[in-house]
Amino acid sequence: MLSAVFIYNQKGEVLISRLYRHDVKRSVADVFRVHVISSPASVVRSPVTTLGSTSFFHIRYDNLWLCAVAKNNASAAMVFEFLYRLLGLGVSYFGRFDEEAVKNNFVLVYELLDEILDFGYPQNMEVDTLKLYVTTESVRSRNVVEAPAPQSITMQATGATTWRRNDIVYKKNEAFVDVIESVNLILSAKGTVLRADVQGQIVMRSFLSGMPECKFGLNDKLVLDRDPASGTIVNRSGSMRVSGGAPPPSRSMGTRAGGMGGVGDGESVEIADCQFHQCVRLGRFDTDRTISFIPPDGEFELMRYRTTENVNLPFKVLPVVRELGRSCVEYEVLIKSNFSAKLSATNMVVSIPTPPNATKCRIKVSGPGKAKYNPEENAIVWRISRFQGLQETSLTAVVDLAPMTKPTPWSRPPISLDFQVLMFTASGLLVRFLKVFERSNYQSVKWVRYMTKAGSYEIRI
Amino acid sequence: MMNAAIQTNIARLQIMKAKVLAALRKGENYELKTELNSEYKERRKEAVRRVIANMTVGKDVSGLFTDVLKNMHTDDLEIKKLIYLYLINYAKTQPDLVILAINTFVKDAEDSNPLIRALAIRTMGCLHVQEVLDYLCDPLRKCLKDSNPYVRKTAVMCVAKVYDLNAEVAEENGFIEGVRESLSDSNTMVVSNAVSALVEMNDMAPNQDIWKLDPGMVGKLLTAINECIEWGQIAILETLVEYVPRDEKEAENICERVLPRLQHANGSVVLTTVRLLLKYEKYVRRADLLSQFSKKMVPPLITLLSSEPEIQYVALRNINIILQRHPALLSKEIRVFFCRYNDPIYVKYEKLDVLVRICSERNVEPLLNELKEYAKEVDVDFVSRAVQAISRLAIRYESAAEKAIKVLQELLQTKINHIIQNVMVAFQEVLRRYPNRFDSVVEGLCEYIDEVDEPDARAALFWIVGEYSEHVANVSNILTSSLESFLEEKDECVQLALVSASVKFFLKSPQKGQSLVLKALQTATEKCANPDVRDRAYIYWRLLSADPNAARSVVLIDKPPIELDDADLSPQLLEELVNELGCVSSVLQKPAKLFVYKLAEKAGVPRDSDAAGMGLDEADSAVAGGSGGSASGIDATNDGEPELLISF
Repeated sequence: MLSAVFIYNQKGEVLISRLYRHDVKRSVADVFRVHVISSPASVVRSPVTTLGSTSFFHIRYDNLWLCAVAKNNASAAMVFEFLYRLLGLGVSYFGRFDEEAVKNNFVLVYELLDEILDFGYPQNMEVDTLKLYVTTESVRSRNVVEAPAPQSITMQATGATTWRRNDIVYKKNEAFVDVIESVNLILSAKGTVLRADVQGQIVMRSFLSGMPECKFGLNDKLVLDRDPASGTIVNRSGSMRVSGGAPPPSRSMGTRAGGMGGVGDGESVEIADCQFHQCVRLGRFDTDRTISFIPPDGEFELMRYRTTENVNLPFKVLPVVRELGRSCVEYEVLIKSNFSAKLSATNMVVSIPTPPNATKCRIKVSGPGKAKYNPEENAIVWRISRFQGLQETSLTAVVDLAPMTKPTPWSRPPISLDFQVLMFTASGLLVRFLKVFERSNYQSVKWVRYMTKAGSYEIRI
Repeated sequence: MMNAAIQTNIARLQIMKAKVLAALRKGENYELKTELNSEYKERRKEAVRRVIANMTVGKDVSGLFTDVLKNMHTDDLEIKKLIYLYLINYAKTQPDLVILAINTFVKDAEDSNPLIRALAIRTMGCLHVQEVLDYLCDPLRKCLKDSNPYVRKTAVMCVAKVYDLNAEVAEENGFIEGVRESLSDSNTMVVSNAVSALVEMNDMAPNQDIWKLDPGMVGKLLTAINECIEWGQIAILETLVEYVPRDEKEAENICERVLPRLQHANGSVVLTTVRLLLKYEKYVRRADLLSQFSKKMVPPLITLLSSEPEIQYVALRNINIILQRHPALLSKEIRVFFCRYNDPIYVKYEKLDVLVRICSERNVEPLLNELKEYAKEVDVDFVSRAVQAISRLAIRYESAAEKAIKVLQELLQTKINHIIQNVMVAFQEVLRRYPNRFDSVVEGLCEYIDEVDEPDARAALFWIVGEYSEHVANVSNILTSSLESFLEEKDECVQLALVSASVKFFLKSPQKGQSLVLKALQTATEKCANPDVRDRAYIYWRLLSADPNAARSVVLIDKPPIELDDADLSPQLLEELVNELGCVSSVLQKPAKLFVYKLAEKAGVPRDSDAAGMGLDEADSAVAGGSGGSASGIDATNDGEPELLISF
C-alpha cells in the first residue's frame, strides 16, 4: 500500500501532496526532489528508487512528475498501474493533465486522491462512476446530468458492475467498434525480419440503453478450429455495418493482399495473448473463449491483443545507405506498399537518420511524397500524405558531411516509419459479430472500423 | 579580511531576508485569518482553498487551526472535504483542538447521505489522534453494519487505521471480529477491503494471529474474485499466495480458478497471478497441470512488454527471476526481447540481461548479430554491456566462439574509441577461455595499441601480447615503446600486466627478450611508486635469477579455465523473491528485510549502523544546502532511524 502521492512540476515544486499513512512526513517530498528530479544524472536509470526504507515510484507525463511513496514491500507493478490510472483520470477530467491543469483544479485533484486511495489501498478508479460524485462546478456545468441520489451512486461505486449506471436510456441504440492495430517491426539491415508483431486494441463506444448483455466474436483461430460451423458469420450483412459507407468487410476485404483474411475464406487469426476490460467475464473466456460482458457507457477499451504469426507488413522498405569516405553518405530508399490497391495509407512519415555532422542534403523523390532535411532531428523527413496500396516510391539522397576534428563514426540509427492505413489489419483480425441482448429487446445498430498504424516500425541501415 | 567582511555582510543580509520573509508569511496568515472569519461565504471558501494551497507548497498554516475549524459545519461538500484534508495534516500537531471538530464528525457519520457518512468515518480514521478514538468507536460500530456497501467498505478500512493507532481499542470493541464477518459480505468491494485490512492488521500484530485463512473462506474469496474490482483481485490473490492448501486437490483447484486472471488488462493482476502459480508449484504434483500452467503464463508475461515502460521494467526484472526458476520458459521467445532503438535505457539493460539468460546454443548466432548492433549504439554504458554479453555467450557456448570472435573483430573495425576498449577486454576473456584456438587474430589486435587507452583494456591487450608473443611479429617493439611510458600509466593494473607480459616474452624467447625484461623490471622496481608493482617485479626478478626453469613452470603454466559468474540469486533468495513477484524486493532483487525495517526487526537483523550517515541524512544536508537555507532543514522520514542507501 502507498504512504503518499506527490505531483511535482518540472522544476520539482510540489503541486499536490497527499499523505495516506503516518509512516512518512511531507518532507519525503523533498527527498525525492533532491535525489531524483534535481539529480545531476541526466538519464533516470530506474523508475523505482529506494532510499533507506522508503521506495519512490515515479512516472513522467507532460511537465509533471507523478510520484508514489511506499514504506513496505509494495507491489511495484500495482503502483505503476495505479499511477497510470491516476494519469488517465486527470486526462479524462481536465482534458489535459499538466501543471496548469493541476494548479487550476487542485481542489478536485485532492478530492480524487481522497476517493481513489483509502489508507493507501486503491479503491474504485472507474472514471464514469467517479464523475458522478467527484465533481466541480466546471465539470458539472458542462455535462448537465441530474445528480443521481447518493444512494444509487454508492451502490454503483461498490456494485458488481461499478463501470455502469443502470438507468441509461438512448433513443437510438448504437455501438461502434474500432479495431486499432499497431504493427511493430525490427528489420535487419540485410532485410530479415528480426521481430514483427501486432498489438491490437479494440475500442468500443457504446450508446446502449439499460443493462445490455453483449457477446463479441472474432475470427480467433482457436474458436474457429474448435467449431468450424460457426465460421460462417451469423449476421454478416444485416446488423454489421461499416461506417463511412463502405461495404461489409467480408466483401470488400476478401483478398489477402488487402490484409483482411476475409472470414468467408475461412481465414483465422492466431491470437498469442489478449487482455480484457474488467467488464468481460474472464472465467467464461477461459472455458470456451466467449467474450461476454455488460459494457460501460461511452468509450472504453474492450480488449487488447497481440499476434505474432503471419503479420502482414503494410510496407516493405529497401534501404541502401553507403558512407563514401568521410565526406558524404549516399541513400537509396525504396518503399513498397503491400496492401490492396483499394486502400491507402495516410499521414505517412519516413524518418531517415543522417549523421550529426551533415551539412547539406540533395534529395530526390520519385513517386509520392516530399522530403526535406531536418537538422534538429538529424534526419531526412519524408512525408507522404496519401500512399495507395500496391504502389512504390523511392528516394535518393546525397548528404555532405562537415569534416570533424576528431572523427567519430556514425552509429547509424534505424529508419522509422509512421503511418495509418484504414480498413486494414496487419494481423488479419476481423470482427465476426457483436450481439446485444437486453431485457427490453430493442434493436441496436453496430458499426465496425479497422485501422492499422505504425507502432515502432524500425528498419536498420 | 575583505572576504570575512563580505561574509558577515552576506550573513546579515540573509538574516534580514529571513525576517522579512517570516513577516510576509505572518502577514499572509493574518490575512487568511480575517478571510476565514469573513461574513461572506464565498470569501471564506476561497480562503479555505488558499490555506490548502499554502499547505501543499509546504508553508506552515497550522496557526489557523481554530479559524479553519469554524468553517467545518457546512453543507458545502467541497469546503468540508478541504477542511478534512487540513485536519488530516495538522490533527497530530494540535490533538487537543481536534476535539472541537468531533461534533461535526459524529453528526456527519449519521448523515442520511452515505457519501458523507463514509467521508466522516474515513477522515476520522486518518486523523491518527488517540483523543479521537473514544468518539470514533460508536460511529464506526454502526458503520460496519451500515445498510450501504460504500459505507461498509470504508468502515472496514477504518478498523485497520484504528488498530494501527491502538490495537487494544480495536480488539475490545469487537472491530476485528466485525471485519472478519465482513468477509462474507454480499458486496465484493467490502470483501476485498476486509481482506486488505485483515492482512494489514496481521502484519502489525506481534503474533500475526488476527486472521488465518481457512478452506471455507478460500472458496468464498475465489468466487468473489470474479466480481471484484482489479485492486481487490490483487488483494485476494496476494492472500492466496500466502495460503497453504490442505492437499493437492485444493491447490489444483485454486490454480485453475485463478488462471483466467492472466487475461486481465491490469499488469499487476497478471503478475500476482503468476506469483501464485509459481508459489503453488510445490503443492501441485501433476506434471500435465504444471506444464499447462507455465504454458499459459508465457503469453501474458510477454504482453507486459508492450505496456508502459515502467511496467515493462518491473516485468523484465521479474522475468529475470522467473527464468532462474524455469530457465527454458521463454527460450522460444527470444526475439521479443530485442531492444527497440527508442526503448528507455533502463528497459534496454534488462532486456539485454534476459537475452543473455535465455539464449541457447540454437539461437546464439542471431543474438550475436543483434548484440553487434547494440554495441554500435550511442549510450556508452549500454555498449559496454552489449560487448560483455558477446564474450559471455562465447564463453558459454564453444560453438559460438568463432562467430563471437568475428563479431568482435567487426566491432574493432568501427574504430570507435569506447567500443575498442570494451572489445579488447572481451577478446582477453574469449582467448583465455579457448587457448591456442584463435592465435591468428592476435596479430590484428596489436594494431590498436595506440587507440587502447582505458586501463582495463590496456591491461587486457598486454595480457594478450604476453600470452601470444610468439604469434606477434613485432612484440619487442610494442613492449619497448610501451615501457617508455610505463610510469605514465594511469592504473597499476596496466603496469602489472606490462611487467608480466615482458616476463612471458622473455621466457618464450630469451634472446630477444633479455634487454627488454631487464628494462621492465628495472623501471618497475626502481622508479615505480606503487608498492604492489614493485613487489611483483621483485618476485619476478628473484624467480628469474634463481631458476629460469622454475620461472617457466610458474609463469607459463596453463591457466585455470575462466568461469562465468552468472550472477544467479542464491536458492534461498530466489525462493523469497518468487513469492514476492512484482514487489519492490523483486525489482531490487534484494531481500525485503533490507529495506523494510519492520521486517528486519522481526527477523532480528541488526541494522547496518555504519550506513547511518548515508541515505536520508545525506538527503537532508543536500536539501538544506541546495535551497539556500530557505527551508529550515527537513526532518527525515523517521526520527533518528538510521537509513541505509541501496543503490542499484
